[in-house]
Amino acid sequence: MIYLELFWYVIIIAAVTFYAMLDGFDLGVGALHLFAKKDEERRIFLNAIGPVWDGNEVWLVILVGGLFAGFPLAYATLLTAFYIPLAGLISGLIFRAVAIEFRSKKKSPTWRKTWDVLFFLASVFIALSVGMALGNLVQGIPLNENHDYEGGIILSFLQPYAILVGVLVLALFAMHGAIYLVMKTEGELQEKLKGWVQPAIIFFLMAYVVTTLVTLIYQPQMTERLRDRPYLFVLALLDVLAIANIPREIHRGKMGFAFLSSCANIALLLILFAVGSFPDLIHSSINPETNSITVFNAASSTTTLAILAVIVAIGVPLVIAYGFYIYRVFRGKVKLDHMSY
Amino acid sequence: MDVVTLSRIQFALNISFHYIFPPLSIGLGLILVIMEGCYLWTKNPFYEKMTQFWVKIFALIFAIGVATGLVMVFAFGSNWGNFSRFVGDVFGSILGAEGIFAFFLESGFLGILLFGWHKVSAKMHFFATVMVAFGAHFSGLWIVIANSWMQTPTGHKIVGEGASRRAEIDHFWEVLLNPSTLDRVTHVLIGCWLAGAFLVLSISAYYLLKKRHIEFAVRSLKIGLVVATTSILLQLISGDSSARGVAINQPIKLAALEGVYETKAPTPLYLTGYVDTKNKTVKGIEMPGFLSFLVYRNFKQAVPGLNQVDPSLWPNVAVVFQTYHGMIAMWGLMFLTILFTLYAFWKKKLMSSKWTLGLLVVSVIFPQIGNQLGWYTAEMGRQPWAVQGLLKTSEAASPTVTAGQVIASLTLFSFIYLLLFILFIYLLDSKIKQGPTGVDDTPEYTKALQI
Repeated sequence: MIYLELFWYVIIIAAVTFYAMLDGFDLGVGALHLFAKKDEERRIFLNAIGPVWDGNEVWLVILVGGLFAGFPLAYATLLTAFYIPLAGLISGLIFRAVAIEFRSKKKSPTWRKTWDVLFFLASVFIALSVGMALGNLVQGIPLNENHDYEGGIILSFLQPYAILVGVLVLALFAMHGAIYLVMKTEGELQEKLKGWVQPAIIFFLMAYVVTTLVTLIYQPQMTERLRDRPYLFVLALLDVLAIANIPREIHRGKMGFAFLSSCANIALLLILFAVGSFPDLIHSSINPETNSITVFNAASSTTTLAILAVIVAIGVPLVIAYGFYIYRVFRGKVKLDHMSY
Repeated sequence: MDVVTLSRIQFALNISFHYIFPPLSIGLGLILVIMEGCYLWTKNPFYEKMTQFWVKIFALIFAIGVATGLVMVFAFGSNWGNFSRFVGDVFGSILGAEGIFAFFLESGFLGILLFGWHKVSAKMHFFATVMVAFGAHFSGLWIVIANSWMQTPTGHKIVGEGASRRAEIDHFWEVLLNPSTLDRVTHVLIGCWLAGAFLVLSISAYYLLKKRHIEFAVRSLKIGLVVATTSILLQLISGDSSARGVAINQPIKLAALEGVYETKAPTPLYLTGYVDTKNKTVKGIEMPGFLSFLVYRNFKQAVPGLNQVDPSLWPNVAVVFQTYHGMIAMWGLMFLTILFTLYAFWKKKLMSSKWTLGLLVVSVIFPQIGNQLGWYTAEMGRQPWAVQGLLKTSEAASPTVTAGQVIASLTLFSFIYLLLFILFIYLLDSKIKQGPTGVDDTPEYTKALQI
């Protein structure tokens, strides 16, 4: 039943995409947090993501849980291989969560400054780690014939290519977060934030161009499928259009459309990643043909995949329905009140 | 120490610290539903303000619960790679359901619960509160189902050999409704209600002791007391049913919990005592024949002892005996606390009885200890198995992870948890001292108040 395995792969990629589109702006706001100097501005930043960041983070849980459910071999190997970097990532996620929750609980400037710095550092660290994990997956990690990891503990993940992808993801999220903030603010602060978007876009474009060139030269396996099927270049073209549309919409004052363009950019980038890496879930740098963990050799039994499909068919429409409702309730500009952070 | 032992210590640390918070959110979630329900029912704005205070406490607990829960999603794979490969197919649909049905529900509607007071109608806000509480219960349900399958696995088949040996799902509903699911889900959820109810009792009693926010405290205390009384009685039924379930499904575990080494009739029950592992006896206060009665409903029949199987298949009898009896002792303490409180209420002496109020303040710790000891009993009582009869804990760890890696992450998480715990207590304390707002005592209420 190849369709069930493909279906679950699509779900996994969808979870990554939703995570990047939604928690991406939370992390971007975090990465910009220290650039706002006034306490009120920082509170507006926090409350812009306040009601939704927790739900956004669930997509990461869905992603990891989805791997456990549908591709247990990939889950076990991935988490064992990235053991120490993961401990770092988890610490980052913990500190991000408590920094948002604790920061405004006390009036003391030292208290607030400490959590501001932690919120910033945690967000930057999470964005970089997510990107570096992605970079390592593109490049491949050493797996033996039992699909067990055989590489180093920390240093082997700090490859130049992985760092490059880490920077790309950080730039991407910072741009996404800046656009989100422009959408959620008004007046003077909004004008100021509009000024941040342009450097953010330039930073992203630079990282994007360099990563694309390096991928073309040093990671040819990622672009093989694109070369074999030239019609897939439509995706790359759409992506360029989505990016180009962002400054245009901001110029026209349509912040919502600018944000949607940024979402489309993220989605297209991840679809390109999926197209390039399929069917590998974890590309092996040793004998990739036999040692890689793929959608097919890692999949759960047909029964489990069928049950999962039913769960998704019932659950996901519900999640999307009330997700939409919640975002609708909190649409519009941020206003601070006594229940705010 | 070897990787397995270190991984067990790490998992115990992760789960123990995490398990302080979800029971509180589940229990407090139920109480929020009751409180806000009172607001909708009576239209008395006092209840709205009351709910808002408890929501703030809830938010603090929930935040740490989510942050530490995230660790669990990764911990299965990072430290228990072989376990994950083995159970992945069975756990897949259970955890998938938990994520999609429960996590989104609670995290999504939490935004409305915390920040939606002026953005949606009162009824819609109540709906969000119900969804958060329901989501919290639901996630508890799924994860306990997964754990119950580890205790009493059914509905699966074993495929493959050696490194690729794994359990595959055969009958979905048999996996979900394995023999211990119903007992254990009920037992855990009631334990959570107790945790939430005693938190409310403790904080309310603190205000009564300090003679602050009297109306707020009395109204909260009454709701907490109703939940606590109901739960403590239900827990008696659930505990009895769980113990009999263990006797049928995991007889060795039950024998270890009560220190029954030899199968002989009638089998006694120990109220308290200690296990002399060398001489294989228990010394303590015994009730002759009561274990027979508990299991078979007669005082004569022999309960099978540990001697039926090889000692290599025994859990650590001395430890699980204590955790099990400690858990029951906590039930006793909670029961007595409730009894004293109800008596003081009835005699209209609660306000003046510093002693009862003081007991209520410290009582918040009883369900916490009970819940922790209960989990130790459940998990250590199943040893040496990770999945009863199918996979030993010694075979469950990750093949390539080294002791150094586990020590490094263990140190990191110990440090983070310590920090989080200190901050949690500090912030909880300052929230409590700051007290609720907008709930000044109404003169008619406090005048009529005779407790």
